[in-house]
Amino acid sequence: MRQRFLNRINFTDIALGIIGTALVGLIVVGSFKTLAEGNYTTRQWLDFVVFGIAQGSIYALIALGYTLVYGILRMINFAHSEVFMAGSFTAYFAAASMAKSGFLETNTFVAVLILFAIAMATSTAIGVLVERVAYRPLRRAPRLVPLITAIGASFVLQYTFKGLYGDQFKAYPEIDTLKGSYTWGDINITKVQVVVILSAAFLMLLLYLYVQFTKTGKAMRAVAEDKDVAALMGIDVDAIIVRTFALGAALAGAAGILYAITFRQVNFFMGFIPGIKAFTAAVLGGIGNIPGAMLGGIFLGLFESIGPILFLDGLNVPAPYQLKDVIAFSMLVLVLLFRPSGILGERLSRTKA
Amino acid sequence: MEQENTTSWWLTAIQLGLIGGVVAILASLIGMVESFHARDIIAGQISMGETLLLLIMIGFAYSSSRNEQSPISTRVTSGVITGVTISLTIVLFVMLGAVVNLRSIFVNASPTLYKILTLEISNTALAYVAIVVVGAIVSLAASLVHGATPFWKRVISSGFFIVLLLALLQDLIRITLTPFPFITEVLSWMFGRRGQEGLSILGAIVVFLIVAGVIYNDAKHGAARRARREALPEATKRTRRWVSWGLLGVFLLIWPRIAGPVLSDVTNSVGLYILMGLGLNIVVGYAGLLDLGYVAFYALGAFTMGVLTTTGGEIFFDVRWTFWEALPFAVIVAVLAGIMLGIPVLKIRGDYLAIITLGFGEIIRIMFLSDFLKPYFGGSFGIVSIASPTIGGIVLDSSQTLYYVILAACFVALFVAHRLRDSRIGRAWKAIREDEDVAQAMGINLTATKLLAFATGAAFGGLSGAIFAAKLSTVYPHSFTLITSINVLALIIVGGMGSLPGVIVGGLLLAGLPELLREFSEYRLLIFGILLIVMMLNKPEGFLPEAVHKREFHEDENLSHAAGG
Repeated sequence: MRQRFLNRINFTDIALGIIGTALVGLIVVGSFKTLAEGNYTTRQWLDFVVFGIAQGSIYALIALGYTLVYGILRMINFAHSEVFMAGSFTAYFAAASMAKSGFLETNTFVAVLILFAIAMATSTAIGVLVERVAYRPLRRAPRLVPLITAIGASFVLQYTFKGLYGDQFKAYPEIDTLKGSYTWGDINITKVQVVVILSAAFLMLLLYLYVQFTKTGKAMRAVAEDKDVAALMGIDVDAIIVRTFALGAALAGAAGILYAITFRQVNFFMGFIPGIKAFTAAVLGGIGNIPGAMLGGIFLGLFESIGPILFLDGLNVPAPYQLKDVIAFSMLVLVLLFRPSGILGERLSRTKA
Repeated sequence: MEQENTTSWWLTAIQLGLIGGVVAILASLIGMVESFHARDIIAGQISMGETLLLLIMIGFAYSSSRNEQSPISTRVTSGVITGVTISLTIVLFVMLGAVVNLRSIFVNASPTLYKILTLEISNTALAYVAIVVVGAIVSLAASLVHGATPFWKRVISSGFFIVLLLALLQDLIRITLTPFPFITEVLSWMFGRRGQEGLSILGAIVVFLIVAGVIYNDAKHGAARRARREALPEATKRTRRWVSWGLLGVFLLIWPRIAGPVLSDVTNSVGLYILMGLGLNIVVGYAGLLDLGYVAFYALGAFTMGVLTTTGGEIFFDVRWTFWEALPFAVIVAVLAGIMLGIPVLKIRGDYLAIITLGFGEIIRIMFLSDFLKPYFGGSFGIVSIASPTIGGIVLDSSQTLYYVILAACFVALFVAHRLRDSRIGRAWKAIREDEDVAQAMGINLTATKLLAFATGAAFGGLSGAIFAAKLSTVYPHSFTLITSINVLALIIVGGMGSLPGVIVGGLLLAGLPELLREFSEYRLLIFGILLIVMMLNKPEGFLPEAVHKREFHEDENLSHAAGG
């Protein structure tokens, strides 16, 4: 019995165990010390939570794009972060001109809807274009090949938009109607955060209904299950793949607007970090799984907004907030190591991982 | 049936023309045309920007006239239709630009751009006609050449290519050949007056004719000459090989003398990229583990060198070692980091590996940048005044002397990579690349083999980083972004994954050319991105492929050939 147990564990497992234990130990000790010191009030913690949820719902929207494509093609659409950037960068010009004419203040609702429409349309066009040029010819290629094209596409898009719109940061206009905040007891939530959370929730609900109940949604799920059999059942696989890309890209475009009204800055390079974070979120929730991506996004947002303070402040790390990306990336590594199927994902089969 | 066929070819031609037009307009709006306009290909006549537009036209006319089944008249007509459609698209764009101020959105839609697009003709109607005429003529010529025998196509296109290359590289040529007065005279005739850029008209024509003549001659008699060379006795062949290697060696040794400080500096960065390429080639090319965080090892090597050779201030221990004492430690730190990265990702494959390594690269950069580690690594200010290497009292601090350190490092790395390639471990790496499970079933220890790949790759990266630190004598976290990793990845992919000559050629092309051509360096990543896509779509094995890889990528075709034959 003991012999069999010893045979089963090997060098890798031991190393992983040590790394895992060390990180968990660090997190526990850090959190304990931070809480014991009590430098932060309940109100501040709740602020972090609200910020985390708002940030997380943006991640979730982007993550859906990764998950939808992964579910069908079993590939990471590396250019998705640029699809996200394209939408909100393009919509900036509409926002700026509407702010100048005052339309943004008088008819905020309509104006924001227009922004959403522009961003979603641009992102969809870019997403479909990328699929057509960079991925479709490579359906049967070795796995490394589409991945490299995706990296290429990502750089082409970044620098094309840099060339088109210039390389400075553009400041999105601030909408006066969305200034201010609501307060219930200790919870303080800004109007922008309300808009972000509500629109994200609405879009996710819409997507869920679309995938569950429409004919295209059913076809998507069939293609995700087995492309060849789906084709035999009379489903036009290529058309479904294009629609999947379009759907994911549209959500990324919407996320772009939410990101822009939250952080009020756009730039050709803005997609990179949210893109990786969203990918992390998708993996966290179980890639290929739609509710998983939503949950993963929220979870990552919370982790990222609370984590640096909770884990690192007690360890006397100066400016812990600078390390939030490190925390997110470490989390990605940990998830892939210890639960590669994510929170909700089914067990990844050998071919997927 | 016939009718349907005819309509479809001209529709395709128009479609291609529209795509070409959009590409041309995009190239203009991105700013490529305008910034390339600053460099003349033929002095005072044709600029690089115009050449870019012409190349787009030629390319699309080529692919429009590609269908080999149709008669030559159809092919030429369809090429011309495509060319004219591109011209008309450009005309439409210029008309639109005259009505709407595009510049409020597209920063590069400047008056200069319109001037270039309208061929600097001020009369609008005349300019539009001129654009269409140029489009028609260029596409007519292109599709005629394409439709003519492949033999002439090769002669003419090589001629144009060499003219273009000479014009682009004229700075390099002029600087390296100034010590020889006779050649300088020939050059000044070929390139026009001093200070003028681009070839003179006569120079261009002569170069074109010479190149075309050589290619023509080679095509006629080349096969016979090669056969004669093959027939030489083995001993002569070996002597010849040794002599040519010897000449190459001598050339490499005296290169910094010829090149001067500026070009030596360019050579040094190329050398560092080649060094990194050799390392990444082991990880990606041999073992098939796509690593996007390779810059982390470069950064670790550089920072280790920085910490160990500098003194006082905020750096935490006062060692002040020399370059040579610190170098092994820089490599060791990188190797340890390689193993540390390797252990957690042992079980992870493909896409996930790419993302995790990318995350690892970012973590290292953010850590160096953070206030947390600022007392040790200086935060965003980095580390300054790093020691230069010395050999027996001579300080190698100029680019011309540091060159030898880099050359030596490259040779060591090349030797190691070459010897590893067909060794037991090298074959194990390739087995893993082809199929991990089968490799394991064959008794390959996956843990050890993968860790060795990461460690060896990291060692080269660390070495490169350490020399980089000594070269600049400062290190900043900002030098180590994802972009460096992508540059290195692009160079091994263009050269051919797993191929050593490929790494060198890729390094020269992708790290050297952008340094020499200032206009290119702004669009470097855009061009790399396009290159990555085009290579993967058309030639996934790279320009100088390794035999095994080539076979692997063309498996389907081989299978169908086998089935058919």
